[in-house]
Amino acid sequence: MNIPGPLSQKPRLAVYKFSSCDGCQLQILELEDELLELAGEIEIAYFLEARRQALPGPYDIGLVEGSISTPAEERLIRQARKDCKVLVSIGACATAGGIQALRNWADIDEYKKRIYPRPEWVATLDVASPIAGYVYIDFELRGCPVNKRQLVEVLSALLAQRRPHLPTYSLCIECKRAGIPCVMVARKTPCLGPITQAGCGAICPKFNRGCYGCFGPAETPNIAALGRFFQEERNVSRPAMVRMLRSFNGYLEPFKTSSDDYEQCIQP
Amino acid sequence: MDKLPLHIVRRPELDRVFGLLRDNGYTLIGPTRRDGVIQYSEIRSLADLPVGYSDRQGPGSYELVKSETPRCFGFVHGADSWKRFLFPPKRRVFGASRQAGPQAPFDIDDLRSPPPAYAFVGVRACEIAAISILDRVIGSELLDPYYRQARDKMFVLAVNCIEPGGTCFCVSMNTGPRVTRSFDLCLTELGEEFGVEIGSERGAALFKQLTSRPATAAEKELFRLLLERASERMGRHLETEGLPEVLRKSVESPRWQAIASRCLACGNCTMVCPTCFCYNVVDSTDLKCRKAERWRYWDSCFTLEFSYLGPTSVRYEISSRYRQWMMHKLAWWHDQFGTSGCVGCGRCITWCPVGIDITAEASGFRETAPPRAVPATPQQAMPS
Amino acid sequence: MIAVQDRASVVCHDSRPMVPVTATIVEIQEESSNTRTYVLQIDDPALRSAYRFEPGQFNMVYVFGVGEAAISISSDPANNEYLAHTIRHVGSVTRAIARMKVGDKLGLRGPFGHGWPISRCRGRDILMVAGGIGLAPIRPLIYAILANRGQFGRVVLMYGGRSPSDLLYQKELAAWRDDGQMDLLVSVDYSIAQWDGPVGVVTDLIKRLRIRPDRTSVMVCGPRMMNRHVTWQLLRLRVAPDQLFISLERNMRCGVGRCGHCQYGPKFVCKDGPVFSYESIREVFGKEEI
Repeated sequence: MNIPGPLSQKPRLAVYKFSSCDGCQLQILELEDELLELAGEIEIAYFLEARRQALPGPYDIGLVEGSISTPAEERLIRQARKDCKVLVSIGACATAGGIQALRNWADIDEYKKRIYPRPEWVATLDVASPIAGYVYIDFELRGCPVNKRQLVEVLSALLAQRRPHLPTYSLCIECKRAGIPCVMVARKTPCLGPITQAGCGAICPKFNRGCYGCFGPAETPNIAALGRFFQEERNVSRPAMVRMLRSFNGYLEPFKTSSDDYEQCIQP
Repeated sequence: MDKLPLHIVRRPELDRVFGLLRDNGYTLIGPTRRDGVIQYSEIRSLADLPVGYSDRQGPGSYELVKSETPRCFGFVHGADSWKRFLFPPKRRVFGASRQAGPQAPFDIDDLRSPPPAYAFVGVRACEIAAISILDRVIGSELLDPYYRQARDKMFVLAVNCIEPGGTCFCVSMNTGPRVTRSFDLCLTELGEEFGVEIGSERGAALFKQLTSRPATAAEKELFRLLLERASERMGRHLETEGLPEVLRKSVESPRWQAIASRCLACGNCTMVCPTCFCYNVVDSTDLKCRKAERWRYWDSCFTLEFSYLGPTSVRYEISSRYRQWMMHKLAWWHDQFGTSGCVGCGRCITWCPVGIDITAEASGFRETAPPRAVPATPQQAMPS
Repeated sequence: MIAVQDRASVVCHDSRPMVPVTATIVEIQEESSNTRTYVLQIDDPALRSAYRFEPGQFNMVYVFGVGEAAISISSDPANNEYLAHTIRHVGSVTRAIARMKVGDKLGLRGPFGHGWPISRCRGRDILMVAGGIGLAPIRPLIYAILANRGQFGRVVLMYGGRSPSDLLYQKELAAWRDDGQMDLLVSVDYSIAQWDGPVGVVTDLIKRLRIRPDRTSVMVCGPRMMNRHVTWQLLRLRVAPDQLFISLERNMRCGVGRCGHCQYGPKFVCKDGPVFSYESIREVFGKEEI
């Protein structure tokens, strides 16, 4: 991970949106307390969700939400890379392709025909891709949506020219620190926590749900071991395994290949 | 056994105990029923205890069930250990502040908020053993003032285990089921009443204020029988004789890979273990870069960052990380602290999401321990 | 009491070993393209004059808000006024140090660990084998030996670097050699020009040297593979396992054997090491992913 060089005296921030639901941008607006402080340290130059006025680049920090799904988005992300010293992709769409990347396994023309009266007007790329599929990314913030604390950490780290602390270990560690009893053990609930990266605050287990894996794969996920356990001990079917892996981060390795393997009846 | 200084109090006296402890400024922490498991959290009265519940524990499985006998402590230990209170999972180490950039001097404050005086209710023998192991590890007040102060202030209202759990093996580790040390008062549920033993002057002072009677010979016999039966009904067994040596000889055994094919490296075992003490520190700055903080978090040897060195991690393979954990717990801990790191509570077995059983895995090495993995002379260690 | 306190060294702020004290960068010396030596002065005069370290010990160097790195002390242990750290800028903390200037403030905790056991080597030949930045913890040892040169037999330093421009403390080393106080053998992995010394790995240098194994104490500090091969080679030459000392590198976080990160088999590198005799670590030495 690179620690980018010094930023401007009052760094300029740009927030880009591609194919996404705007939820991660909302996390920035929901910072509330920190947002005021942030506005004091950073010039928010381009952030259409928050501010109609858009100041031209170059920018010091670019936060990128959403996946690249259309030719226009491809052009814009390449321009964004040129305009920003540091580019940070935020959220599962930007880091993994997101929910819309599920179409990568489907026939997009078929979708277009069924939904739009004039499908030929819809310009779309063959696949919905993470930002890193097109341009170099300095940092990635996982999650659907991103975690507010992690957003502040990345921005504070960039301002201080230090490496942000973003854990890559399993959600279980965060979950147990929070004192939440394991839902897999106490409730027999299939949970992706053991193969999912920490950072969300273990929101789902806190409410007695299994983790959906929205923070994407942890550092060395043993998907095969968890999948075998789910199938043998928890009656999770292969199609269900495919669905579990192919949600927010299905297009991100190693979830992608593992989900393909389960679909093709290969034990990963 | 006739000399056993056992007293009998009736169950409602327990509320008196709680009241007296509270009057003396203690924060009571005891077993409660939360999120479908037994968890240690703040209690006020007998009514907060999970009366009439018992737990069924197995590898990767835990179930709380209504039991026929309405016992106050009819379960073994909680999902979490007392470590959470003595050595909290997240704590600020220090804060630093400066008025300007890197050339400005900075001040560091290690604000020491003193821990509350905890009265731990329902502490089991294995858990007392775990605390005494943490004492050896953390030891000095200099290294962790919070732990030392919390430890010195704490009041231990122990409970003897008369119904061990499915993953318990305290008998193997010689830590239970009977509480024999480091307690203030110890309860044993004898039907509707409690047998009480006094373990300290603090305990004696409190006991004096209760209505009690000496135990009869029959009650003492019942006490003896219950604990004897508990010893015989351990859910698990670990042969510890020569175990460190067996494991040392197995450092390069292929068995570690076999375990790693099931191990998720999720770290649950280390988090629920009452003796796992490793921590990490995380430094941070505010947006202005004028204030910095250092926080301490429970860490796990199952993370890659744990053995981070230069561009990569020393223990990249899951097999190496599991080996580090088990070897540390069962072998190297002896070199470091003169005791095993395992107390036989079985939490790592119960709370492993895929039910990996340390007792089974450790005994597996007995079958496959190669005759000599550690060379006797350095010459033999050298590749030619 | 913590282990470090019954020793010749004095931990600054010994009542608060987990909290850094501030120090000022008073001089920065360029060593190579990515390595510099920082001369530091502890700000508090009382702590400064009380500070003592043994050659081979390390400090936890703190950069405001960024974090700490374990860095060996590379200055003369007899100098009470200043101490020096030779730092290669490769990690998050050390890169932050690279941006600092003279006058900037760092935090320090230490010294920690056990250094080179000089007292056990009196009257013996000393062979020091260093690779790359591994010379940094050996330099205080050289100062200490040369300060009592008469107490030791032959003193040899073998030093391997990647290229001639990566070699540390070049003028100082040449001066010691020219004074006849010690033998110096330097090799580089590769060379471009103006280098008439040997090219190759430091283990090749050992072959050129006749050592008296029964009288020689060896001090090794370098990259992991160098440590491994040098150790095996010297054991084959029949150097005693308890006279072969290796300084190890691990992920030190606390410095006092508490956080668990630097475990190496049964040892805590920060507290039991970083210098170990081969004898004390033979159980795990050379094993993969320990």
